[in-house]
Amino acid sequence: MSVEAGRTPGQTHRTAYDEDTHARLTADAAQIVARYPQERSALLPMLHLVQSEDGYVSPRGIAFCAATLGISTAEVSAVATFYTQYKRHPNGEYTVGVCTNTLCAIMGGDAIWEHLSDELGIGHDETTDDGAITLERIECNAACDYAPVVMVNWEFFDNQTPESADELVGKLRAGEPVAPTRGADSVCSFKQMSRVLAGFPDGRADEGVGAGGPTVRGTVLARENGWEAPAFPGDEPAAGATTTEAGAGDGAHTPKVGDEQSSAERPAATAADSSAAQQENKQASDEAKES
Amino acid sequence: MATTLAPVLTAHWDADRSWTLQTYEDNGGYRGLRRALNMQAPDVVTMVKDSGLRGRGGAGFPTGMKWGFLPAPDGGPRYLVVNADESEPGTCKDIPLMMASPQHLIEGVIITSYAIGCHHAFIYVRGEVLHVYRRLLRAVEEARAAGYVGTDILGSGYDLEITVHAGAGAYICGEETALLDSLEGLRGQPRLKPPFPAVAGLYARPTVVNNVESIASVPGIVVGGADWFKQMGTERSTGHGLFSLSGHVTNPGQYEAPLGITLRELLEMAGGMRGGRALKFWTPGGSSTPIFTAEHLDVPLDYESVGAAGSMLGTRALQIFDETTSVVRAVTRWTEFYKHESCGKCTPCREGTFWLAQVLQRIERGQGTSADIDLLLDLCDNILGRAFCALGDGATSPITSAVQYFREEFEAGTHTPADVLFPPERSALFDYRPRSGAQLAGAH
Repeated sequence: MSVEAGRTPGQTHRTAYDEDTHARLTADAAQIVARYPQERSALLPMLHLVQSEDGYVSPRGIAFCAATLGISTAEVSAVATFYTQYKRHPNGEYTVGVCTNTLCAIMGGDAIWEHLSDELGIGHDETTDDGAITLERIECNAACDYAPVVMVNWEFFDNQTPESADELVGKLRAGEPVAPTRGADSVCSFKQMSRVLAGFPDGRADEGVGAGGPTVRGTVLARENGWEAPAFPGDEPAAGATTTEAGAGDGAHTPKVGDEQSSAERPAATAADSSAAQQENKQASDEAKES
Repeated sequence: MATTLAPVLTAHWDADRSWTLQTYEDNGGYRGLRRALNMQAPDVVTMVKDSGLRGRGGAGFPTGMKWGFLPAPDGGPRYLVVNADESEPGTCKDIPLMMASPQHLIEGVIITSYAIGCHHAFIYVRGEVLHVYRRLLRAVEEARAAGYVGTDILGSGYDLEITVHAGAGAYICGEETALLDSLEGLRGQPRLKPPFPAVAGLYARPTVVNNVESIASVPGIVVGGADWFKQMGTERSTGHGLFSLSGHVTNPGQYEAPLGITLRELLEMAGGMRGGRALKFWTPGGSSTPIFTAEHLDVPLDYESVGAAGSMLGTRALQIFDETTSVVRAVTRWTEFYKHESCGKCTPCREGTFWLAQVLQRIERGQGTSADIDLLLDLCDNILGRAFCALGDGATSPITSAVQYFREEFEAGTHTPADVLFPPERSALFDYRPRSGAQLAGAH
């Protein structure tokens, strides 16, 4: 049964999936629907599933989602066109996204974008003739401490330069594997990525690092200086921990707010620095206002 | 220095295979859950209320109070939805947290769900972070295998399912009601409030929506107690928080410190400004918070002090720009972002961000008119407070604050392109020859 509800009820969509594909997608969709109390919630992951099959949100994929969830193709299209990760035409094997939001742009993202756009001869949301790369200008991807950032199929390539990005796309076009700075051991294809985003694990969660240098900068600095958060009451200080610095030691000796070496040890410059008694009434009234 | 770092969430991020349940448990993980399950649920809520924990996603609303707004149980479902849609420009704390230590979040989800009487929790993570999504799915699998998720958790009789849901690219879904619509399979557009999610949230049921870092802070509070948490921070901004330094600093990265630390202290820890250059402007909490300048280096980074100085603590996303940077270029790019991400639901934001971008683009090209600054401020005045949600308000913040501190740069935009005043290659981390400069100069 490969018939999907097209725009006209009762008509067969002319590019519907063959029977085997349809059966496979139907089984996947059932798993997705089962994750939610209401089936409509399955639509976003199902659109990722469609992209894992067709490489974009295809007309037949829209029809499949509509038929599965009992909504109209117009409702599915309305959702598909709202989100930037859903592609309206066939995507390349790799989405190469250059962050050109303010911080990355200023740190060099604009230069990387200009270079890649020139080298590949394509602009935003365009695909190379060999189908390897779809180039995008992307917004902030939460890796600002690694600026400038490039994402390939939404894996992190940190601290990029025009030269490193050039080498990266060269490998992608040559079909050579590339490894993100923080991510799996190699970048998977757009379709494989889409299947993971539909909620089907690919068994690669344990690959790669837990963090890069900037992520653990504070962790390492604190350890070097013997800085610790106050110990939990009843806990002994960690073996080997430095106990001469502020914040170390057992609870009884941990600085209290307002005491010497506490975070509040500075001149009372603002309302927040005044005493608890002064603040109590104000706090109660402010919190009431915030609601 | 007066304030030092206080690693709680970050304490073991550099451990071998830090993301695994084994590593998390080896470092004291899931003690909080065991303790919570031996408490009455309302007592857990009270403990978090007493800790003073405030929402770490930007708004700073007291977390325990938010939980307390749920109506009395009526026998129907109630939900916890974690906002892991971190997309605010400059904000880069939740994504590395979930990459390095997802169990912190999962334990927080279980404790919070128990506290509020929820049996199906959702983590809505943005779709543009593939490996983080993998790590979260795996973390839930591991927690389930260990008996922390599923039925009769640790023999307590308490049941919980966790669904990790990937978004598909839309900044607006970080707004809590837009997130709920998106999770329901709709376009991610904000809802009219009231009703607030606590009354009618996911599937119109009572729902708590909390930020990743807020929820991840809960296990520590349950283990250490409210007074332990309050040893850090200030009177009204208690506890530890992730401060994310990015931009023109020597050592950008994540620095977990008590709230109330200053940028001067953080900059010293981060090795100072790149190449010893002068600080020009910075955001205290992402692009939606009014910018600060060097005169604000000693403002305590807590909710009250940053507010009193004219901005917002936001997400503690400290984007730092030195003297080589054009504030007009920075603000124009942020505005283009808000224009791109405006959901289109309300007129002030949908139309206003387009107008703002057009005016700013001609100022950046050096083709502004003498009336353009007033036009910008008038547009901002017509968006701020008149938009449906905080996205519109946020779009005005960088503009009005930049005009306040650097008006002369906008005035220069009536005759000189920004990239002539501030050659972009001087701001970048590497040398290059900008293409746009030649084109703009020719067009002028």
